[in-house]
Amino acid sequence: MNSRGLWVISSWLVGVAAALWVVAHARYITDLTAFLPAKPTHLQKLMVDQLRDGPASRLLLIALEGDDSDTRARVSHGMAHRLRDDAAFSSVENGEALAASRDRDFLFSHRYLLSNAVDARHFSTAGLKDAIGETIESLASPAGLLLKSLIPRDPTGEMLRIIDQLSGARTPRTQHGVWVSADGVRTLLVAQTAAPGSDTDAQERDLGAIRSAFNAVNTSSAVRLKMSGPGVFAVAARAKIKRAAMRLSIVSSILVVAVLLAVYRSPLALGLGLLPVATGALAGVAAVALGFGAVHGITLGFGITLIGESVDYSIYFFIQSLHGGTTGSPGDAWRRQLWPTVRLGMLTSVCGFASLLPSGFPGLAQLGLYSITGLIAAALVTRFVLPELLPLGFRIGDVSAFGLRIGRLRDSIRRRGGLGLGYAACVVAVVAILVLYRHHDTLWNRELSRLSPVSPQDLLYDATLRTDLGAANVLDVVIIEGTGLEQVLRGAERAQAALQALVDSKIIGDVDSPANYLPSLATQQARRDVLPEARALRDNLKIAVAGLGLDLEQLTPFVDDVAAARRAPLITPDDLRGTSLAAGFDALILHQPGHWSALLPLHGADGATPDVDVGRVAAQLAAANLPDTQILDLKQQTDALYAGYLQEAIHLSLCGFVLIVLLLLAALREAQRVARLLAPLGLAVLTVAAGLVLAGQQLTILHLVGMLLIVAVGSNYALFFDGEAAAQRAANPALTLASLVIANISTVIGFGLLSFSQVPVLVALGTTVAPGAFLALLFSALLTRRVPRTTADA
Amino acid sequence: MKLRTPGVCVLLLAGAAAHGAADALDQVMHSLAERRHGQVSFVEQQFLSMLKRPVESWGELIYDAPNRLEKRTIEPRPETLVVEGEVLTVQRGRRSHVLDLKAYPQILPFVESIRATLAGDRAALERLFRLEFTGSEMRWTLVLTPLDVQLAKTVAEIRIDGSRDELSRVEIRQSDGDRSLMTLRAHSGR
Repeated sequence: MNSRGLWVISSWLVGVAAALWVVAHARYITDLTAFLPAKPTHLQKLMVDQLRDGPASRLLLIALEGDDSDTRARVSHGMAHRLRDDAAFSSVENGEALAASRDRDFLFSHRYLLSNAVDARHFSTAGLKDAIGETIESLASPAGLLLKSLIPRDPTGEMLRIIDQLSGARTPRTQHGVWVSADGVRTLLVAQTAAPGSDTDAQERDLGAIRSAFNAVNTSSAVRLKMSGPGVFAVAARAKIKRAAMRLSIVSSILVVAVLLAVYRSPLALGLGLLPVATGALAGVAAVALGFGAVHGITLGFGITLIGESVDYSIYFFIQSLHGGTTGSPGDAWRRQLWPTVRLGMLTSVCGFASLLPSGFPGLAQLGLYSITGLIAAALVTRFVLPELLPLGFRIGDVSAFGLRIGRLRDSIRRRGGLGLGYAACVVAVVAILVLYRHHDTLWNRELSRLSPVSPQDLLYDATLRTDLGAANVLDVVIIEGTGLEQVLRGAERAQAALQALVDSKIIGDVDSPANYLPSLATQQARRDVLPEARALRDNLKIAVAGLGLDLEQLTPFVDDVAAARRAPLITPDDLRGTSLAAGFDALILHQPGHWSALLPLHGADGATPDVDVGRVAAQLAAANLPDTQILDLKQQTDALYAGYLQEAIHLSLCGFVLIVLLLLAALREAQRVARLLAPLGLAVLTVAAGLVLAGQQLTILHLVGMLLIVAVGSNYALFFDGEAAAQRAANPALTLASLVIANISTVIGFGLLSFSQVPVLVALGTTVAPGAFLALLFSALLTRRVPRTTADA
Repeated sequence: MKLRTPGVCVLLLAGAAAHGAADALDQVMHSLAERRHGQVSFVEQQFLSMLKRPVESWGELIYDAPNRLEKRTIEPRPETLVVEGEVLTVQRGRRSHVLDLKAYPQILPFVESIRATLAGDRAALERLFRLEFTGSEMRWTLVLTPLDVQLAKTVAEIRIDGSRDELSRVEIRQSDGDRSLMTLRAHSGR
């Protein structure tokens, strides 16, 4: 190795070491901020906060099925008991009567601050008469009889009112003291995790805790545990993607390694061949870490597939320069004659991926930077490092015979096809364009859920459990923001008051609010202020109960309680601790430094119409002119966000295409040549898109990324075929052809396997790139400018 | 308000032999069980020690064999109470509460005494109560005393008067001395 080689190797090693240092110290994030726009609108930021940390993200629905309801109830009790002792869960509900006497004590002792009926009139003669009269009337029913013993202390029925305030309009059915589904076949529990739903590791641990609680208390072999909710989906999806990625990469590695070994007949070549792609991946991650400050999980997951093209570089290098016949300095001829072609192909790909850089979708922008850096690094390693590392006399298997056979096949097709090939290509293009035009309204899928790895059956089961539980439709939430807790609680009270008209007219069901658990201090203060003095209360009571057949003396405990409530301090969040109400409150309050949000989830009007009329709610809130109050329709927002990303990505890809054309024009300086070069690639993309549409697929953002990849990989093929004419005197065209076919085989294997996974994102990439890469090679081989017969060199 | 089949001579038979009474109970149960559907209006008075005068309510009682009982209170506060199987649904205003009867043993005797009697389900009655039957098929009285100690803490005794397959009066004496009296009459199209 000469001094120049030494210099090259050492700078490569220094670069690798630096990249390793950056990668080791980078911040990796797996939460949903990959989907948060780089410059989010306020509503989008709220939405992502919701998806990441909101109460919806922390809800786990647990169902017990099988055996009899009695056995299931015992398991439910046992599980709830165990899980409530686990700090990982902020609440576990299974329908046990608002059991904790702690809760009852809390509500009862603070009833005059919590009840929304408390106002000046409530304690006037008329107000007392109404309220006490109503309580007495409720005694007529057996249910009212349960309250009989409370009358001396609570004749105005505040306790019952508070319980009504807190329990949603619909509560699940109970059997043996615990919740069951409407049809009674499932016993239900609801757990709220302390960790946010985006913390998949914590969610996985929590699911494990639920499973072990179940196993510990379940003695019947017939009872089955089922779980649903965002955390369950996140954990399952991650496992699914991990499993799929693992299985697929193992299988495809084996296949590709087998192909390459068969071709090279040299393990050393195989090992060296992986250096460019490994360096590229490392450089890509390092560049993203430096450029974005943090690396998203999806960048790590999919980036490597995007620079699969760099495996091709080493294939081209080995086969084109190191076939059995070459003597002297390895790769010298390749460096002179073929490297410019590889370089142009690489630059074409870089132009394509550069179009992703300005995307507002950070995930895409990161993939863009990763691919650009990765490809440049891989190409440089192939060009400068690989030749220096080759030992003297290094040889690989000779594939010129294979190249010749392919060449002959191609020549015979071209001879027989003649001009017909060009016409056939035109027909294919026209048909593809017609197909795409016919479907242009439904061509793109704008719903984010299309990328979700959750199966429709699982979603249906989730919806069933939610209906059984009468859980709030957590997708529609009114959000009030402010700089302090008191401010957002007041906002929540105003919003709830504004929405009451819609609740009364049954346009929406109930509105949950943190202020139901903890009214604002202002409201508490106002309620406490209207509580009358003992003497005044007694005077009013005397008149009020005169016609009700109740003795004033019997109500002495009531007078005492009101007097005590007048002196009692207001309730603070700390007072809620130790009751199960704290969980309900915490679920509806988000707190970041200097920023508070109150969440008011909306219930659908009834089981038949679970969807909330968001428009009506928004209009009602607007009419009330409430500051810092917004309705957030999570599904609509996420879909709108995704549709925006998709639209932008389509535009950017078109810009990328224009960039590629300009680059090739600058390099080749011949418009017709550029057109002939790009035609096969365009045709491949069109054919694949039309094929997907005909197969009933709607295109997603991942299909678009796949199309970029077709152009990126295919541009190398097209350039080689185009460059054949110029290079044929020095290099061996049969070897060039062989290297292209082998590179193509490895690409088709890698991406083809992705199509067999269960993960929609991977399937989209696989079904686009595998056929696209093959077609790009086929079309390039058949349609590029006629070259001298490859057989002549043999 | 009560609808009673006139029949003075049945009084003479009131002290009939024990096995005769048991036969009559079976007969009454049998004719009650024959009935698949019934709708009567009711007037109920609650006598509570706390209150100087009774709380009065009225409405309709609808029964469908074998196990659905609906108590529709119209005055003073509209409320619908449906017992079907083991599920009790209370609908008051906008709110609807679904309760499991087994979880609320305090309510069980109030509901089951009437429902099981209407169903002519002697076995169901005997699961919860000690039965004491007097009178004849034409005019009978059934006194139910809770077997369960827990139930006995709320309900001391339930007394049901009837004639053939019609109930005319249900009196529930609670253990704390309060009592309720429900008088039933065949639907008059009120």
